[in-house]
Amino acid sequence: MSGVAETITALQAALSGLGGTLLLFPVMLPLTGLLLAIPLGGRHAARIVLALLPLGLLAAVAIAAAVLDAGAPLRYDLGAWAPPLGVRLQADGLSATLLLTTAVVMLAVGLYALPGFRVPDGSSETRRPFAFWTLLLGVWGGLNLVFLGQDLFNLYVALELLTFSAVPLVCLDGRADTLAAALRYLLFALLGSILYVLGIALLYGEFGTLDIALLREHLAAAGSMPPAAIAAAALMTVGLLAKTALFPLHLWLPPAHAGAPPAASAVLSALVVKASFFLIVRIWFDLMPVLLTQSAAQILGALGAMAIVYGGVLALGQARLKLLVAYSTLAQLGYLFLIFPLAASPAGDATGEVLTGGMLQLVAHACAKAAMFMSAGLIAASLGQDRIQELAGIGRALPITVLAFGVGGLALVGIEPSGAYLAKTLLDGAVQAGGQWWWGLAMQIGGLLTAAYLIRVFFHAVSGFGRPPVLRSRPARYQELLVLGLALCSLALGLVPPSYLALVEVGRVAGVGGPLP
Amino acid sequence: MSEATLFGLCGAALVGLGLYGLICHPGALRKILAFNLIGSGVFLLFGVVARRGAASGFGGDPVPQALVITGLVVAFAATALAVALVLRLAQTSGRTGLDPERPGQAEETRRTES
Repeated sequence: MSGVAETITALQAALSGLGGTLLLFPVMLPLTGLLLAIPLGGRHAARIVLALLPLGLLAAVAIAAAVLDAGAPLRYDLGAWAPPLGVRLQADGLSATLLLTTAVVMLAVGLYALPGFRVPDGSSETRRPFAFWTLLLGVWGGLNLVFLGQDLFNLYVALELLTFSAVPLVCLDGRADTLAAALRYLLFALLGSILYVLGIALLYGEFGTLDIALLREHLAAAGSMPPAAIAAAALMTVGLLAKTALFPLHLWLPPAHAGAPPAASAVLSALVVKASFFLIVRIWFDLMPVLLTQSAAQILGALGAMAIVYGGVLALGQARLKLLVAYSTLAQLGYLFLIFPLAASPAGDATGEVLTGGMLQLVAHACAKAAMFMSAGLIAASLGQDRIQELAGIGRALPITVLAFGVGGLALVGIEPSGAYLAKTLLDGAVQAGGQWWWGLAMQIGGLLTAAYLIRVFFHAVSGFGRPPVLRSRPARYQELLVLGLALCSLALGLVPPSYLALVEVGRVAGVGGPLP
Repeated sequence: MSEATLFGLCGAALVGLGLYGLICHPGALRKILAFNLIGSGVFLLFGVVARRGAASGFGGDPVPQALVITGLVVAFAATALAVALVLRLAQTSGRTGLDPERPGQAEETRRTES
């Protein structure tokens, strides 16, 4: 026992000795894997991914531990050139949280996808496994780079790497409807990224730098916001909203997320849409805290509230399980946007609690939604279809899978120990303190709708006391347990001690509306 | 009117035209071309920024030019991916565009009506 403890201590000491260099691992691991996987081919690509994912998790844990210990962000200047000449990687509390979430969900998805994307024996190479594993590495690298980047243009390149890896994942099976869904996704994403670049051009023209920390100083020194900066903020936010699929720009999401293979849907819904949301948080909280005023933030909050209601109502009417889960993503994304008006509340500075609540909701949704998509995929593969009306008896045929779906759903609704429960408690605190009762109402309606569409699935899944349905195939037992484990992660997130939750707030600059550094 | 203003206005016009095309044209290929038009407008704006920012005696600020080159590469990759998707869509289903009436939307309106 003491040997193991000593090894862990030694490993921890070695990793924390690396300091800022640690930040290279989340970026370099996937990109090295990508370079190796392309010449080596599909059979090796799977092995490379599964070898790298645990290393990525180790790096993410080490970064989170280092950030939490130091109470300050980790920094790494590429080539030792400090901004504005160089490009900086930086991990503050938000980055560390998201890196850790990405590593956990990616590891689960990688293990889950193993049987589905195996190169068949006797064949040396097939298109589907090769495409899946290399694209998964691309998504992973793009996500990590978005979470660490500090230069706005560098972030744009990271976002494009992410989009170009995510879009083909949608149409892996090559059917016409998934191709159309992928094309629509790509067009929305391209519109979003070009608006983002337009914002970058305006900011560079005004201030001559693209480093987030330097821009914040320039903006603070300027006193009032120059018109170009306001235009840039609006363009970048709208562009990123299109990529995040917030309410009026959501049309691409349900067909794309429902049509993709389950492992890919899990990554797209749990992580990819969060990357652009993360950049919106960066822009509004880190880059331009002066912008986060009541009037501007109310717009984002209103769109979020509409997404909660609209996504929930449409989820209730879906005939297919995967589409129901996809529409539920629309609604859950809405919650994330409530943090803007709540943080901008004039009564007291609740930014810390609100951001912690928002991040908890994000992490809880990532784990729960990945688990729900993967269990829906297992159900669909076993039955050969996923119409909710015809799920009768599946609860007896695949008890663990249905349990995993249910636990994930309960975690979304926000029952007691779940991360979503803690998130809603924190947000509710801000609602009470700021007197903005209408956001509380939106959250309550969202919770009711979530419970309603889950009950509808359960009603069909556990009914049918006749003979159980004929299964075309049984999922591997380890897949079922893996999905259940991920759902339980989301459910147990509320039990994380508050000292660890402090991670989110590490490296926050000044309170909104407060004096800038 | 200075050179910079003229080029800036040209860039804005290109972005406006492209935005109109991207939103209003039903054909996928036209949407992709419109996206490239917006891209040209944005890159022109970067050129203007480079010219204006060259206060320190250079012929032009090199950073925006480097950004434009990277942006061109990304836009080219995006266009290639989009065209590949359109071609594949045309081969499998014979469609060359996203339907003017989106299937998802049609379903939704039907549901709200009933």
